[in-house]
Amino acid sequence: MSKLFPKSANRLPLQIVIYLVVLGGIVTAATTYYATPKYIRVGYAPVQPVEFSHALHAGNLGIDCRYCHSNVEKSGHSNVPTSQTCMNCHSIIKANSPQLEPIRESFASGDPVPWVNVHVMPNYVYFNHSVHVARGVSCVECHGRVDQMEVVRHEKPLSMGFCLDCHRAPEKVLRSPELVTKLDWVHPKGMQGQIEDGKKFVHDWNVKPPQSCSGCHR
Amino acid sequence: MRYVYFATFLLTALAVGILGFRGCTSQRPPLEVFPDMDRQPHYLAQGASPFFADGRADRPLPPGVVARGELRANASFYEGKTANGGWVIGMPEGITVDAQFMKRGRDRYQIYCTPCHGALGDGHGITKLYGMGATPTYNDDRLVKMADGELFNTITHGKNTMMSYADKLEPSDRWAVVAYVRALQRAQRGKVEDVPASHRAELGIQ
Repeated sequence: MSKLFPKSANRLPLQIVIYLVVLGGIVTAATTYYATPKYIRVGYAPVQPVEFSHALHAGNLGIDCRYCHSNVEKSGHSNVPTSQTCMNCHSIIKANSPQLEPIRESFASGDPVPWVNVHVMPNYVYFNHSVHVARGVSCVECHGRVDQMEVVRHEKPLSMGFCLDCHRAPEKVLRSPELVTKLDWVHPKGMQGQIEDGKKFVHDWNVKPPQSCSGCHR
Repeated sequence: MRYVYFATFLLTALAVGILGFRGCTSQRPPLEVFPDMDRQPHYLAQGASPFFADGRADRPLPPGVVARGELRANASFYEGKTANGGWVIGMPEGITVDAQFMKRGRDRYQIYCTPCHGALGDGHGITKLYGMGATPTYNDDRLVKMADGELFNTITHGKNTMMSYADKLEPSDRWAVVAYVRALQRAQRGKVEDVPASHRAELGIQ
C-alpha cells in the first residue's frame, strides 16, 4: 500500500504552529502601526475652497494667529474667521483675484465659506482652546508649524496618548502666554531651561491638568 | 511551506504598498471605525444643520434681543460718546489706565493693527507693500488732536477702507488700544527734552 502522506508531513503540525505565530506577529505589528491616529489622522490635508496659504499669511507676512482665529483666547472653540476678516485686506489687495471669488461671494451674501475642518475631534472628547492658550500651551504643540504650511495638514495625532503625554508632564511645553502664537519659539536654553521654567509656571499658576477620564470625556 | 511564506510576504508587501506609511499626506478624511460615537447628533460651534434654511447651526439673534448683561446703555464706554453727543475725551469712567491696561493695549494692537498701521503707528504695515496704500500715520496733528472717543468709534465701526474690528476687540480692549495708540503718538513725537537727563546716555543722545 502506498503511503498517503509523505514523510515530510510529520513536521507539518509544528510548521503550521510556527507559521501562525509569525502571522500573528505580522497582524499585531500591522494593527499597532496602522490602527492608531498616528497613521489614521496624521497627514490629512483636505482641499479647501480657497487655496489659502498659512505659510504666506502667518509665516512671511507675520500676521498673528489670533488676527483671524480671534476667539481662541475667549472660547473653547477656535473660530474659523469670518469672510469680513479676509476682506479687511482683500477688499483692496488682490481685490479682483478669481481665487478669492468664494470669499467675495460669502461677504456679499452672508453665507459662510465652506471651509473643510482639518482637526476634527471625536464628539466624546472635550477640548477647550482658551484654557490651553491662557496657560501658555502654544498652538504649535497640537497643530505643528502651520506658519510653514502651504496647505494645512494634520501634523500631530491628537490621540488620547498624545493628550496624556502633555497632561502628565506639562512642564515640557508650558511657556509664557505672550509667546503662544510664536510658532518658531523654543526655549533659548534648550530642553533643560524649558523644564526649569515650565516647573515654575506649573507651580505659580497651580497647573493641574486632569488625568482622570471625566477630565476630557464629560 | 515556503510558498505559504512567500505568499504571506507578498500580501504584506501589497498591504504596505496600498496603506503606505505613517504621516503620508492624504486628501481623504480620516477613517472613523464607530462613526456614531465619533459624530453624535448635536450641534458644534460653526457647525452645519440641515434643519435651518440657511444650513447653519449657529443662530443669529432675533432683532431687538438683548442678551443678559449686554444692554450696553453706557454710551461713553460702548460708543465713545458723551451725554450731549460729543466725543469722549480721555478714557470713559470705569477704566483705569495702568501698566497692565497698557500692556493689554500693546498686545491687542500688535495682533490686530500692526498688519496695516505698523508697529510704530506710522502706517507702514506689511500690507503697504502689497497695495494697501492709504493707511495714514497716527502721528500727524489731525490724529493726535482727534478725541479718544472718535478713535474708539473708528475701531468699532471702521472708517473709509478700514472695516469694523468690533468682532475682534471687546469694548474694553478697544479702549486699551486707544490708550496704546496715544502712547505710540507720544513716543513718535517725543523730543530729546522729554527724556530725563539721567536716561539720555542709555539712548546714545547728549
